[in-house]
Amino acid sequence: MTSLTFDPLLLAIMAPLAVALAIALGLPKRWSVRLAYAGFGVPALVALWAWWQYGAAPSDHGYAFLRTYSTGLDGLGIRLTLGLNGIALPLFVLAGLVGLAAGLYALQSAAEKLKIYLMLLLVMVGGLMGVFASVDVFFFYFFHELALIPSFLMVGLWGTRGATENSYAAMKMTIYLTLGAMLSLVGLIALYVQSGAAGAHSFNLITLREIIAARPLAETVQHHLFALLLFGFGILVSLWPLHTWAPLGYGAAPSSAAMLHAGVLKKFGLYGLVQIALPLLPAGIAHWGSLLGALAVFGNVLVVGFITMAQRDLKQVVGYSSVMHMGYAFLGVATASVLGLGGVVLLMVAHGLSVALLFLLTTSIHHRTHTFDLTAMGGLARTAPVLAAFFVAGTFASIGLPGFANFWGELTIFVALWKFSHLFTVLAVAGVVISAVYGLRAAARVFFGPPTEAFAIVAAEHPPTDLRWNERVPALILLAALLFIGFWPRSLSAPLNATLVQLSAPAAVAPAAK
Amino acid sequence: MDFSALQALAASNDWMAIFPEVLLGCLALALLVLEIVLPKSLHSSLPGVALFGVLAILPSQLLSFSVGFIEGDSFNGLLHHSYEGQVMRVFFLLAAVLTCLLGTVSLPRQRVPRTEFYHIVLVVTAAMMLLAQSNHFVMLFVALETVTIGFYILVSYFRGSPASLEAGLKYLVMGALSSAVLLFGIVLLYGVSGNPMLAEHTATGMNFDSLSGFLAAHPHDFLASVGIVLVLSGVAFKIGAFPFQIWVPDVYQGAPTPVTAFLAVGSKAAGFIVLLVLARTFSAYAWLTVPVLTLMAGATLLFGNLAALTQHNVKRLIGLSGVSHAGFLLLGVVAAATVPLGYGAVYFYLFAYLLASYAVFGVMAHVAGPDDADQELAHYAGLYKERPFLALVLAIGLGSLAGIPPLAGFMGKLFIFIATFRAGHYGLLGIAVVSVVISIYYYFSWIRAAFFESWTPPADEASARPAPTPVGLTAGVILGVLAACTVILGCYQGPLGMWLSGR
Repeated sequence: MTSLTFDPLLLAIMAPLAVALAIALGLPKRWSVRLAYAGFGVPALVALWAWWQYGAAPSDHGYAFLRTYSTGLDGLGIRLTLGLNGIALPLFVLAGLVGLAAGLYALQSAAEKLKIYLMLLLVMVGGLMGVFASVDVFFFYFFHELALIPSFLMVGLWGTRGATENSYAAMKMTIYLTLGAMLSLVGLIALYVQSGAAGAHSFNLITLREIIAARPLAETVQHHLFALLLFGFGILVSLWPLHTWAPLGYGAAPSSAAMLHAGVLKKFGLYGLVQIALPLLPAGIAHWGSLLGALAVFGNVLVVGFITMAQRDLKQVVGYSSVMHMGYAFLGVATASVLGLGGVVLLMVAHGLSVALLFLLTTSIHHRTHTFDLTAMGGLARTAPVLAAFFVAGTFASIGLPGFANFWGELTIFVALWKFSHLFTVLAVAGVVISAVYGLRAAARVFFGPPTEAFAIVAAEHPPTDLRWNERVPALILLAALLFIGFWPRSLSAPLNATLVQLSAPAAVAPAAK
Repeated sequence: MDFSALQALAASNDWMAIFPEVLLGCLALALLVLEIVLPKSLHSSLPGVALFGVLAILPSQLLSFSVGFIEGDSFNGLLHHSYEGQVMRVFFLLAAVLTCLLGTVSLPRQRVPRTEFYHIVLVVTAAMMLLAQSNHFVMLFVALETVTIGFYILVSYFRGSPASLEAGLKYLVMGALSSAVLLFGIVLLYGVSGNPMLAEHTATGMNFDSLSGFLAAHPHDFLASVGIVLVLSGVAFKIGAFPFQIWVPDVYQGAPTPVTAFLAVGSKAAGFIVLLVLARTFSAYAWLTVPVLTLMAGATLLFGNLAALTQHNVKRLIGLSGVSHAGFLLLGVVAAATVPLGYGAVYFYLFAYLLASYAVFGVMAHVAGPDDADQELAHYAGLYKERPFLALVLAIGLGSLAGIPPLAGFMGKLFIFIATFRAGHYGLLGIAVVSVVISIYYYFSWIRAAFFESWTPPADEASARPAPTPVGLTAGVILGVLAACTVILGCYQGPLGMWLSGR
């Protein structure tokens, strides 16, 4: 066991979990709320600190802040190893920021049984910080599940639909996501055994890379392993046609859970593909890349895009749009080029921030309109101009307008995609038009135009107020991050590029399929 | 007459080696004596005597890890004291403590004698502990029969309940049949190995070491293979593996809840220890045992999970889910034939199963009403609102059984998966993954009833649900400890993990 010196990454994982444990052991409500601020704040601060220090920190095998702890399974090569490389850093920052925003939004939400709500949310945040800080593949999976379980409970208990529909949504999410998780678990075990790491006893990603660089896997083995990981992770990231849990679950999830799940947790699968599957199984992506690209562009971008246009429910629009944007990320993965993968990671961060912002604002809108039905709203901008401004900004970001982080992600993916397939690029760019159509139409329906009769009645009963400060702060955190990365993408892309180039150097990335 | 041979035999009677079993037997007898001696007013303290008596024996068992018995034989080769055997003795003692605890919750609601229940539980525990160390078919059979006969009584213990009596009868018939099958297999093996026409024949074919040597010399003997299959079938009855699982739902439903727990955990664990020892003994016949056990494991997994899907009675549900757990454990046994990690995986899985099962059964004992066989899934609706503590323990227990991280059950499944993958049984692994996903459905339905649904009292009195028993201090503490251990063992395996993964 390494000495117990100060380790910021461990702190970021343990702080929310410790607060959650304290709440579970019966902390009074006043103190629970106060400590929860620390539980959400510490990971965000550590994430920002790590971002700031990353360039200066000494790097070990491409990882900064590398630390190892024993949990008693050294014999199997399972050790809690924490560290950040250029791929993990942006997502670690994303998890910290969205965690803080979701936490702050939950603290002001006055949810029923607030203590347990906060406890589950803190467990989620702790798990998410762990996912992206883990260098050990086993703990990467372990922390993901830790973050996943609370989301089921939150959908079932604090869902925003009827009781039956909530529990149906929770059940469907559980079964789909368990299937995805089990497939990817088997894939990871297979990787561990097949690579021969079972003999060397290591789930450690660094060791796995070294082993595979020295002795690459046979092509057919790579194909099979990659299929397990691709479809396992694919279910978790809502790859069409395995996406149906996502809009349903997000539609029912309470705001903070939806923010964390759609914003951060769902990126686990993509992160797994970029960090683990692609560098270790280059022949796998060469084999499956075309199919993945086709599923992503026809399924996620076009089919789901058109479905989104047909939605009449604001939360469903946001839920479906998040499924659609995952299509771009999958397209980037399919290119398997440094440029494309860089775009994927940037898009993951940008999309995480923007979708969290949209879920947050959707709930704020619901508080004022008491409905998610787009046809029953209108003219909210008159009484809530700040809310309108935030929502329009979030929509612009989600469409990918220049100035927001999403722009760089989508742009680089399109550039990389052009080399991969002209047809896919044209269709993907057409998808941007679709997302502009439904995004702008939703914003227009809610905020502009004359209020509908139904909304006028609701507004008479509960005169809508503008966004309060305790709602503005979390929204501002997300928007500021979107703009910061939008205007200075280099702050993330420089370390990202360094890591991606390093990873693709030893085993040359397979040439594009077409 | 020359007694020197008997003296030599007696010299190997190492009574210190079975000190905990002897203590358990004394405690069991003391309970009966105390019931006669003590005035009636003090009889209510007898369950406590049993419970804390076993807790007191636990440290003496822990001592045996350090005394020099490990990896030695005693009683002239009847017993072999392996390290695994010692670990499993601790396991059975823990199971006894927890069964006694459930007894203190469940029994007071019935008009049945109390003391005898604890007496039989202690005797059965001692037999299981001997079973875990047996190295000889005579020892194995006597210990197994002691366990089974004890369970005949325990299963039909609620003699006023028709369901309990029916379960007892079914268990008796099935148990007797399986004992006969087992015995026939033993006799065949003994007969073949003692055949003086064959090379390497042995007069002590009952002894596992001698038998193993004989089998290695004749790896394709027809009679021996029939004997092996019959012995395995006999054990498969005890663990409730397909196609010998037919008694499980009815017996689990009818038996008193503490007995169901003991049957599910203790009896199953005993069966698996025997299976591991036998698989090692029959290692020369791996060409036969591995395919047989592989088929059994796959069918058990699928049957257990599919049958559990449609259950509304939680005792039947947990019984059938127990069949699927037997399937997971069988995966470990199959893998252990080629991958040493398989052994460690089975032991870890059993411990995780013990913790989670007793947590769930503890909640069931509290929620159950006067009719012990009538425990419907619907009775759990709204448990979270009325009894948050019980609901939380239930969720952790079920989560661990379902194999959700960060709970111990997940680690158990992970080790089994790794071992299975290393052994190269990809088909079985696929079945196992499907099984986990199916099992999520019924475990989650139960959690959903407890957390997400609310109880609406029905109009007619007949279908009213029983009021939960209030949680006592001891029961509350132990349930809390079980839940906490489930979480901790899932996150930090410490020395236990070192031991099993270092194999």
